[in-house]
Amino acid sequence: MSLLLKHRILEKSPTLLLICSLLVVSIGGIVEIAPLFWLENTIEKVEGVRPYSPLELTGRDIYVREGCYVCHSQMIRPMRDEIERYGHYSLAAESMYDHPFQWGSKRTGPDLARVGGRYSNRWHVDHMQDPQSVVPESIMPKYAFLLLKRIDADHIRDLLATHRLVGVPYTDAQLEYAVADFYDQANPDANINGLLARYPGASVGNFDGQGKLTEMDALIAYLQVLGTMVDFSTFTPDDSR
Amino acid sequence: MSEKSEKTPVAEVETTGHRWDGIEELNTPLPRWWLWTFYATIFWGLVYVVAYPAVPFKESSSKGFLGWSTRANLAKELKHQTKKYAHLDQILITTDLGKLLNDRELVQYALARGSSVFISHCSQCHGAGAGGAFGYPNLLDDDWLWGGSIENIAYTINHGIRNTTDPDSQISEMPAFDQTLKHDEIVTLAQYVISLAKLENAGEKTPENELFLENCSGCHSENATGDETLGAPDLTDAIWLYGSDIVSVKKTISSGRYGVMPAWGQRLSPADLRSVSVYVHGLGGGE
Repeated sequence: MSLLLKHRILEKSPTLLLICSLLVVSIGGIVEIAPLFWLENTIEKVEGVRPYSPLELTGRDIYVREGCYVCHSQMIRPMRDEIERYGHYSLAAESMYDHPFQWGSKRTGPDLARVGGRYSNRWHVDHMQDPQSVVPESIMPKYAFLLLKRIDADHIRDLLATHRLVGVPYTDAQLEYAVADFYDQANPDANINGLLARYPGASVGNFDGQGKLTEMDALIAYLQVLGTMVDFSTFTPDDSR
Repeated sequence: MSEKSEKTPVAEVETTGHRWDGIEELNTPLPRWWLWTFYATIFWGLVYVVAYPAVPFKESSSKGFLGWSTRANLAKELKHQTKKYAHLDQILITTDLGKLLNDRELVQYALARGSSVFISHCSQCHGAGAGGAFGYPNLLDDDWLWGGSIENIAYTINHGIRNTTDPDSQISEMPAFDQTLKHDEIVTLAQYVISLAKLENAGEKTPENELFLENCSGCHSENATGDETLGAPDLTDAIWLYGSDIVSVKKTISSGRYGVMPAWGQRLSPADLRSVSVYVHGLGGGE
């Protein structure tokens, strides 16, 4: 009982109580956060994951702006029903260049982690314009206005540079050609060899079917790359993860 | 009444010793059941840490003596599932497509499996009931762009149509005629094409329209019945993928239309591909 009685010293001195509370809370914090800085097993080593192309990154910003993550997750869990519907379970490596990641926590709509290549560009345009025209039971709102909002590459280089600042390994060449890559990806007539060398596997074409470059182009470019980067032949599952 | 409402003496309970203006604070012990539940949760927490993966180390986390792993469990479940139907899958993927349809048990299995593949992967474009939509072909009728035999259906599902990911995908692109034809020529042609579908036995007649013979017959054939090897639709039936009104047909002729279908061979297992082919073939129009 005498030990418990010593607790009174803390209770009677607010400053001491504050200091000791901070101490206890920071132990919890250190235990949870500190290992993340030296863990080597969080991100699997797999081939293929690359930073987003300028147009994809712009589309990703639109995805975030419109709050798509509120209804769509990007995280396929290792469960049979999920992988049969959506494909291979998500790997940490697949979102390592996402700032912030778009895992989401709720599925009002389906998971989008592997939506890339699953539908044609035309379908995405139809679906975004009027979701119920292709999926009658859908409750997704319409995003037709994306077809009207033009985008330009005024700040694209800065956007890439900012992502480089937080750890995305954009090369100098990627920064240098950011503006050209931005326009070329949505231009079927452009010479895309450089673009594809810098961003392998990028989907190229007139995404929204219109002459002008709009937010719809960018968003579809982003959706078409989701989940397509990893070469799963180079992936060996490790049970301890 | 009020004189009688005095505080009940609780002399047996210890006080904390705090006293403010004559008010004392009782130090009532916590109920035993609560206290023991509390200790039990602490104990369970410790057991959990030892039993399951919990403590993160540099290379991997602690394993836990139960050896539990989400990924290993999944692999086990998938293996079990594959094994359960392995005998049927083996026959399904090795049997010649044409002969497959004669095996009743196999067809039943493929239809059950194929219907769930269809719902997860095909229904978003072709509709849950396979009725299609504007620009997405109806799979219930007997009008096929790329052929309705089981072999053709399987090929189309495997390699897709006009996609950039599979070099073997079905390819053909209707040209945009707004550069080569004048506007009134396009209008004439559109009216003519619409009339084709309304004529009785149009397919048997040779269209006597020079514009059509010059520009369209190469793919849609001289009697406008289309060509399944080119994905050119039959223009003499009443089935229209992009609308049969004059505005739609004019747009189709002047800017061309071409739908894209992904190559499912790159996403689905061979057994799934065969199952969904059998399913689509069995929807009503299979040849």
